[in-house]
Amino acid sequence: MLLEVNDIHVHYGKIAALHGVSVQVDEGEIVTLIGANGAGKTTTLKTISGLRPLSHGSIVFEGRDISRVPGHKRVLMGIGQSPEGRGIFPGMTVTENLLMGAYARKGDMGRELDEVFGLFPRLAERRTQAGGTMSGGEQQMLAIGRALMTNPRVLLLDEPSMGLAPKLIQQIFDIIKVINERGTTVLLVEQNARQALQVAHRAYVIETGRIVKAAPAAELLDDPAVRAAYLGHGGDNAVGAAGGAAAAPAKAPAVEAGDEVTAIPADSEERREDG
Amino acid sequence: MSTDQTQVKSAAGGGAWAGVVERARRRSANVVPGLRELLFALLLVTESAGVVTDAFHDWWVRQPGWSRWTVYVLLIIGAILLPAEGVASIMSPDTDWTTLLFFPVGGYILLAIGLNVVVGQAGLLDLGYVAFFAIGGYTMAVFGTKYGWSFWEILLVGIVLSALSGIVLGAPTLRLRGDYLAIVTLGFGEIVRITANNTDYIGGPNGISGIPHPPQLTAWAFPESFPFGLGGVQPFVYGSLDAHSYYYLMLLLIIVTIIFAKRLERSRVGRAWASIREDEDAAELMGVPTFKFKLAAFAIGAAIGGATGVVYGTQAVSIIPTNFPFILSATILAAVVMGGSGNIPGVMVGAFLVAWIPERVRFLGEYRVLVFGAVLVLLMIFRPEGILPSRQRKAEFAEGSGGMGSMGAEVATATVVEDTAELDDAAPAGGTEAAR
Repeated sequence: MLLEVNDIHVHYGKIAALHGVSVQVDEGEIVTLIGANGAGKTTTLKTISGLRPLSHGSIVFEGRDISRVPGHKRVLMGIGQSPEGRGIFPGMTVTENLLMGAYARKGDMGRELDEVFGLFPRLAERRTQAGGTMSGGEQQMLAIGRALMTNPRVLLLDEPSMGLAPKLIQQIFDIIKVINERGTTVLLVEQNARQALQVAHRAYVIETGRIVKAAPAAELLDDPAVRAAYLGHGGDNAVGAAGGAAAAPAKAPAVEAGDEVTAIPADSEERREDG
Repeated sequence: MSTDQTQVKSAAGGGAWAGVVERARRRSANVVPGLRELLFALLLVTESAGVVTDAFHDWWVRQPGWSRWTVYVLLIIGAILLPAEGVASIMSPDTDWTTLLFFPVGGYILLAIGLNVVVGQAGLLDLGYVAFFAIGGYTMAVFGTKYGWSFWEILLVGIVLSALSGIVLGAPTLRLRGDYLAIVTLGFGEIVRITANNTDYIGGPNGISGIPHPPQLTAWAFPESFPFGLGGVQPFVYGSLDAHSYYYLMLLLIIVTIIFAKRLERSRVGRAWASIREDEDAAELMGVPTFKFKLAAFAIGAAIGGATGVVYGTQAVSIIPTNFPFILSATILAAVVMGGSGNIPGVMVGAFLVAWIPERVRFLGEYRVLVFGAVLVLLMIFRPEGILPSRQRKAEFAEGSGGMGSMGAEVATATVVEDTAELDDAAPAGGTEAAR
């Protein structure tokens, strides 16, 4: 097992954001964590990458407990993340942003840069443009490219579809597939459950800080409860019997059956608490 | 130049002009008619000034090294001749120009370069910067009067002590961000001043007097026939009567500090600071040890503030706690923000203005502070990113991020990202960030 998240609890002050989340990611997989706004998806990723301390449980990466390792050292071990809201450096150019990704690495990064530019030709066209002046889609590509520059063994992606038009979302997910096929393990957090489940091998459903379901992604795509709560097919409400049954449907994306327009630009609640 | 090139150039110029008009129109749109036209006209001036400074900056960075060095040397020569009588009569008819050049002008400039490391480069809002200036001043006073150390030894001790105090302040507080950090640093500034006020060992409210001057280096003087009114001035002999030598001491310190700060800015440390300023979480995710670098910024900024305090103390001969009020922290911060946070020439211009304007308008009596305030407000209306912002800071500013807590976000407007191709999406990029 490449990455094991064992029963982690995370608190913001006295408020518990995660009460016992366990996730396993195997080498070469795409694993997705789906759930509504405020369910704890971003917190889970931030805890894995070391931006949030955990109050209970452990995170094991390549057999080593990294629960107490600071975030900047986890990057060197091979945990790369594209953060929520993209988090690109607005005043730096595209190239400077990408080179920041390689900050902790030594040597000439020319080949790595070319690789990212190969994956995102759009970024190559905009090498000298300031990150902050680019469109949302370009910023998302930059955020993923920059995370790749850290040379990750596992790539954590936080809501890569956030705020993007459907056509762009498709492109981003195609690229995630390519990245995975080239050998990078991916842990993907998404509100856009349909797209995430289509690209992933396995999936977890998180509701109010707890994992309520874990299954192969294809299975969840057909699961009536998941379809009802996250894929917009009407019917019963939440997936889990325990906790969040009332909250989940209210927060779940309001998408009509068969409608592919699933761009949800809203911020998650976790971020507001954090800021 | 061929006609083709001329055409291209004038076309680019026309585009820039159209941009200037457009920005001025947009920014004056929400004002009542009557005032709007006035605002539009003023914005036209400041916006075109911005285009000119940008063009100058672009030209400047393309210049070969030797021509830049020529400019640096000329600037230094200009600074040496600055106390000249002709300049003094224009710049400061009411007070002694040379004394003014030493402090506040020189002192503020050095403090602004130091605070710029913290605020402009690492993006940490420090409202208690005067504390380090005070620690430097008291170091000079205590070691000079009680132990009889010489200025040069104390300068070193002052730098080390203030850097240490920066670490002492930073270690527990740098986990806080933005506004919270600002409040804690504000408290620190007050604690230092009040402690000095209540500690008998350092004179309490009476402070310390009889602080020694630096030892004279040489009795060499400008020849009597030297022009610019500098004839007979002894630049290396320190005393209470003539501020020239202190001005040159400050100048030397400023030049050394600029070289130091500039080298830092271009190093890996500078890149790490920029990333922390723009997005601290993202910086950590890039493998930047953010806490360590924030602490380093605090320590280096503190060291520069301390050095300024040592030089200030030795010239002032006596210091009291009220020499180090909160308003000084605020003034230096105003200098940094107004001049163009993150850009050393910018913050120097800003510091010069906040030091000089109140002195220049001294003839207004009690109204001078009012005028000074009005100038600050006008500058922030017409040039919110500062007089000479760096390219990078300008982009951050437009996007609404870039440190200084929520200060950047609150004054910035959401960027409208131009739709260019099929890849564009529904929500503009910086919108959610800036709107919050």
